[in-house]
This record gives sequence, structure tokens and C-alpha cells, in this order.
Amino acid sequence: MTDKMIEVNGLRKRFGGHLALDGMTFGVHSGRITGFVGPNGAGKSTTMRVILGLDRAESGTALVGGVPYRSLKRPLTHVGSLLDAGALQPSRTARDHLLWLAHSQGLGRNRVEEVLEQAGLSAVARRRAGGFSLGMRQRLGIAAALLGDPWALLLDEPFNGMDPEGIVWMRGFLRSLAGQGRAVLVSSHLMGELQGTADHVVIVGRGRVIADSSVAGLLARASSGLVSLRTSSPEAAAVLTGAGASVREAEDGTLTVTGLTAEQIVSALSARGIPFAEVSAHRATLEQAYMDLTRDAVEFRAAEVSR
Amino acid sequence: MRAEWTKLRTVPAWALALPAAAVIIVLFGLFPGMQGSCGKPGSATECKPTTGPDGVEVRDSFAFAYRTLDGDGSITVRVAALTGELTDGPGLVPWAKAGLMVKDTTEPGSSYAAVMVTGARGVRMQHDFVHDKAGRKTPLAWLRLTRAGGTIMGEESADGTQWTVVNRVQLPDLGRSVVAGLFVTSPQHAEEDSNTFGVKGARGGPSQATAEFADLAVTGAWQGTQWTKQHIGGPGNGPGQGDPAGGQPGSQELTLTGSGDIAPAVTGAAGVGTSITTTLIGTFAGLIVVVVVGVLFASGEYRRGLIRTTLAAQPRRGRVLAAKAAVAGAAGFVAGLVAGAIVVYAGREVLQSNGVFIPAVPVATELRLIAGTGAMLGLTAVLGLALGMLLRRSATAITAAVVAVILPYLLAMTVLPTAAADWALRVTPAAAFAIQQSAVEYAQVANVYTPVDGYMPLSPWAGLAVLVAWTAVALSGAYYRLVRADA
Repeated sequence: MTDKMIEVNGLRKRFGGHLALDGMTFGVHSGRITGFVGPNGAGKSTTMRVILGLDRAESGTALVGGVPYRSLKRPLTHVGSLLDAGALQPSRTARDHLLWLAHSQGLGRNRVEEVLEQAGLSAVARRRAGGFSLGMRQRLGIAAALLGDPWALLLDEPFNGMDPEGIVWMRGFLRSLAGQGRAVLVSSHLMGELQGTADHVVIVGRGRVIADSSVAGLLARASSGLVSLRTSSPEAAAVLTGAGASVREAEDGTLTVTGLTAEQIVSALSARGIPFAEVSAHRATLEQAYMDLTRDAVEFRAAEVSR
Repeated sequence: MRAEWTKLRTVPAWALALPAAAVIIVLFGLFPGMQGSCGKPGSATECKPTTGPDGVEVRDSFAFAYRTLDGDGSITVRVAALTGELTDGPGLVPWAKAGLMVKDTTEPGSSYAAVMVTGARGVRMQHDFVHDKAGRKTPLAWLRLTRAGGTIMGEESADGTQWTVVNRVQLPDLGRSVVAGLFVTSPQHAEEDSNTFGVKGARGGPSQATAEFADLAVTGAWQGTQWTKQHIGGPGNGPGQGDPAGGQPGSQELTLTGSGDIAPAVTGAAGVGTSITTTLIGTFAGLIVVVVVGVLFASGEYRRGLIRTTLAAQPRRGRVLAAKAAVAGAAGFVAGLVAGAIVVYAGREVLQSNGVFIPAVPVATELRLIAGTGAMLGLTAVLGLALGMLLRRSATAITAAVVAVILPYLLAMTVLPTAAADWALRVTPAAAFAIQQSAVEYAQVANVYTPVDGYMPLSPWAGLAVLVAWTAVALSGAYYRLVRADA
């Protein structure tokens, strides 16, 4: 299970005159959760559909475990997917929905009961799916994705419509799936949903990858150096500048420092005996990092539209 | 395939609709609201029809002037005149017949061969009710019938000297002694009424014909010298009953008036009773149900994007379509088969207990009716499915399917003129209704052969083939769209 991955390479696709995918390239590795993030219309869903063989790309390849999805004999035992939780026949029960999927993969009734249990749906298995809330449909979609015990999972906006409890459940669930060595690709247009969940993020905009990095790396880059402190000493700024930082002074005596870490600042000031208080490093959130990265794409799009 | 079957049966409405389609057909078939006179007091002979040598139900009613012929011999005559009378005045129906006959016995339904002139169909040689061969197209002629063992030869001549063989036929059932002589008969006069838009009907009535025979001559061992005149097959249906009259015994001239027919029994305007097909009258309603199920089985995939789940589970799209078609087709077939089997057997009981005469049909025909109904429902379900996959919208696809399959049938059965009805039942998928026809059309029997009376313009299998072709076209279109387009 460890060496299999999903590889997307140079996908291009056009819908009418609109370029939906513009050289989309990234990989989804097993054993970790890869967040697939971008504004609406960035090409996330289209990419997933191309991976699953539902849409055809004009050029580029999408391979799962080294082969095209369409060549898989029992695809759900390789890749489980949840594209649209609402894609259900409303009058069919949850159990029957899973049952026909199981039959399509040569799986039995037992497997259906197992995934119903895993998704916490056993109690409502006999109810018609049409009466399900969006959160319950998401759970049913997850159950369907897990049916074939696949090594890879593709989930499009699985947090949509979930209540806070559901989101906590989903996060824990995805973590445990990745912990079992599965490759998990989770798309979202909200970076916040993925914070504390994803190990790796692929940020996309306008059909191409803007950033492809570990979460830790992304945070480190985005938090590159803002530290603020309060001091009553007029010398502080000069000292810190002397230590190689650039300093901005606010009227209330707050200094905003870049170029030195919080630890370096504390030791520099302490050595001179300068009093200070409230040293705080700005830990960037994923959300900010994402906003910084996608601002260009979004702004460009807005400009393009207004033209 | 199993997955698609699970899909079909797990939607309660669909799972219920298919048995419902069968039930509808059965209900229509068992309550046709038809009453007949058979089995009631004063029942007509038509209720226990005569059967011919091949077991075919026949009409065998004519005026006969005969003598017994032992062994081989011949009889020659000139038909000098043939006139007729209809209910509303003089007139000769096309299939009025006058001529010579050799018959096993005077019992109706016994084996015979006859050469004759007809009202408008020229000289014919017919035998054993269903066989017919045309001679010259002339209203009057010299006729000769020669018996040699089991072989009967019919000849005609314009002048009594130059003879042409019309046909030679074998009558294996013929005894050594046979009855032979002159006959006249005239079938029910029937024509189609109001051949325009509007209520369809046929009008007609009894007719009779009178023939003047001359130059009568025989060779061989004939018993007696008197020609015995008898109306075979009970009273005819002519005005003033065909009383064999005229002519002196032993003379060479004879005038005979008769009414009736010597032909296979037919149903419809000029026939008696109704065909077993009548019990399948509810098929159109069953078709509507299966067509809706077929369409929804396809369009349900598109309504909410379920098709993506389906294709993610089975990326080979042709297989998905094939599996859906197989499941829909099989489900429709079984529903039709069950309904057909119940209705053909139980429906006949009901009609007969209501006193309606239903001609017997061979077991093969019954099986064709039952299997054909199954095939119709199965194919129509597949056609609906294909249209659903092709058009993707339930309402559009259901409309298209109903317009293609059921509307032409209903229009043809009600308001369309016969010519238009025939075309509608030839080119549209509704042609498949031909598989349900059980009435046999005989060129030599005057009747109104229209779809309304159960006489379809196409043969059973050709009609079904039309539906198969339409279904194949729709499936190809569905396949093309499914494979080519993004899901």
C-alpha cells in the first residue's frame, strides 16, 4: 500500500472558451492527507472527475497506482470517491444504495453492514436516502467510498453541510484512514477546514497548482518573521536595528520587528538591560497563507471579468 | 448486471410498477366487456364451428346440386350467368362463387375441391377451404372437374373445346364414393365504412347469388339420374334463403341460388366472433408503464448525478448500458410473459363464458402471443431506457417514447383512416403489435382486413423486427452519447 500514489500530470481541459485545467500537476501520496485547496472554479472538481475517468482531459495524464482509472477492473477496491453527496436515488434506502455498489464490485452484503457501521449509519440504514440531511448524505458518501477498502480516497468537499460534531468526526476519521496507510485527497475551498487535518496541501487557482507543500513548510514560509513587543525604552528600536532587524514603531510604544526570531529579540534586549513586555510572534494560520497565495489568482480573475 | 438489477428492484416505485404493468394487462384482458350469443339460448351454429380437414375452423355453407360418383369420373358445365342480390338491391359480391365441386360427403367441413367462377375474382380452383389458385380473369366460363383417385383436376375453357388446367390437387381424405355436382354460394357482403377521420366501422349484410348452368355433362359411374338439391351447412344467410331451385332433373340446364361461404372462418367485420388477440387489448397500458420505468431507470441516473457514481464503479460505459438494457428488458419481458400467459388462457375462458366465439388457434400461435407480449414489453422497456439515456430528461424521454410506441397504435385503432393506420403500424415502433395478431388473413375470403379488426399490415415477426430496429437505433444513440460525453 505504501508505494502507490495518484499522479496528475499536465492536465489541460477547456469548457467552451474557458480554460478549466491549465497544466494541473501534482501527486497524492499514501499514508497522508493531501488537502486540495483553491477558490471555487479553480478546477478541483474537474481534476477529480478526470482522475476518476468521468471527464476526459485534452492532454495530460491522471494515473492511479500507475494505471488509468478506466482500466481498473474493480475500481472501487482501488480508489474510493465522494464527488457529490446528493447523487442518490431519493427513494432508495441507504443500505440498498450501498448494496448495488457492492454488487457492482463483486462484494457482499457483509461489507455493506461494515461500512454502515464505520460511517455511523447503521441505525438509519433502512431509511430512504432522500430524507437524509446533507451531513448524513456525506456520511453515506464516505461509506460508499470505503466500500471496496480502497488504498486511495478522493473526497470532494466532504465537510460541506456537516455540523461541528460531524466535522470533528470526519477529521478524526480521515486521520485514521491516512494512518492506515491510505492516500487521501480532500478538496475544500476553505483552508480552515483542513487546518489540523491535512499533512500536505496542493493549492490551486485558475486550473493550475500554485503551491504544493507540506503544511509545516507552508506555515513556516507564511510566518517568516513578524514579532511584536511593547517597550517603554526609546533605545530598543536602535538596538534591534543594530542586531540586523527592521523595526516599525507605533505611537503606543509597540514595535513590529522583522528579521529576528522572538528568541533572538529577547536575548538582544536582555543583554542590554532594556525592559520590554509582550513579545509575541505572529504564527500565521493556513488560512492566511492560503489567502496570500491565492490573492493573485483571485484578483487576476476579478480583473479579467471586469475587463 | 447484478448491480443494475439491485438498482431496479430497490426503488419501490419501479419494483411495484412492473407487476402492476402485468396486472393492468390482465385486468383489461379479463374484463373486455364483450358479450356474445354463443352458449345462450338459441345459440347459432357459429358457436360450434365446423372444422375442415386440417382442423381449421371453416364456414361451409352453399347450395349444392349433387349426385354420388363411384370412383373416377368427370363433370363439365358452362356457367351461363351469375347474378346476385344484396340487402339493398341487386348486386354481386366479389367472392360470390358458382361452379363444380367434388366433396367427400355432404357433411359440412368435409374435404372438397372445386373449380368456379366468382363475382369479381375470375376463375378459381379451391380445395379444403384454405387453398386457392387463380385462373383466367373472366366472369363466366366453361368448367370441368376430373377425379382420378385422390387427384382432382380443375379445368376451364372459354368455348368448351380449348381447355386449360387451373390446378391439380390431392385430396388424401377422399373416399371411393364422393358427392359431386354444382354449387353456388355468396358470402356476407362487407365494406369499410367512414374511411376518414372519425369513428370506424364496417357495414354490410347477407347476400345471395344465382347461377344459371348449361351444357351439363358427366363421365364415369354416377349413381341415379337425379340431381339432389340441398343447402349444405344449414340455412345460409341470404334474404329469402337459398332454396336450390330451378331446372329439371336430368336436364342439361340448372339454376341454383345459394348463400353462405366455403372458406376458413375469419373474425372481424364479415366474420364471426373475435380473435384471441382481443384478450391482449390491455397491452398498450402495460407498455406505458414499462416505458416510464425504462425511462426513469435511465434518467434517474442523471437527475442527481448518480451516473458519476455508477461510472466510477464501472468505468466501461458500454457495459453499464448493456447491463441496464439487459435488466430492463428482462424485467419487461417477464412482466409481459406472465401477463400474456394469464390473459390468453383466462381471458379466453371469460370471453367464452360471456358467449363470445373465439376461433381456436394453434398452440404455436398461443405461445407466440404470450412470448410476443413479453418481447414487446421487454423491448419497449429497453427503448424507454435508451431514450432516457439519450435525452436524459424524464419528461422529454417519456413523451418521446409514448409518442413513438403507444400513440400510433391508439390512433390507428380509433381515428386514423385505414391507409394511414396501416402506415403507422408499419413504420413506427407500434408495428410490434403485429406480434399479437392471431387472425389469419385469407385473400380468398371477403372481409375488412383492418388493424381495428386485428389484421395488422405486417406479419408478426416483421412487426416485432420494426420495434427491434427502433430499439437498436435508440440504443446506439444512447451508447454514442454515453461514451463520447463527459459524465
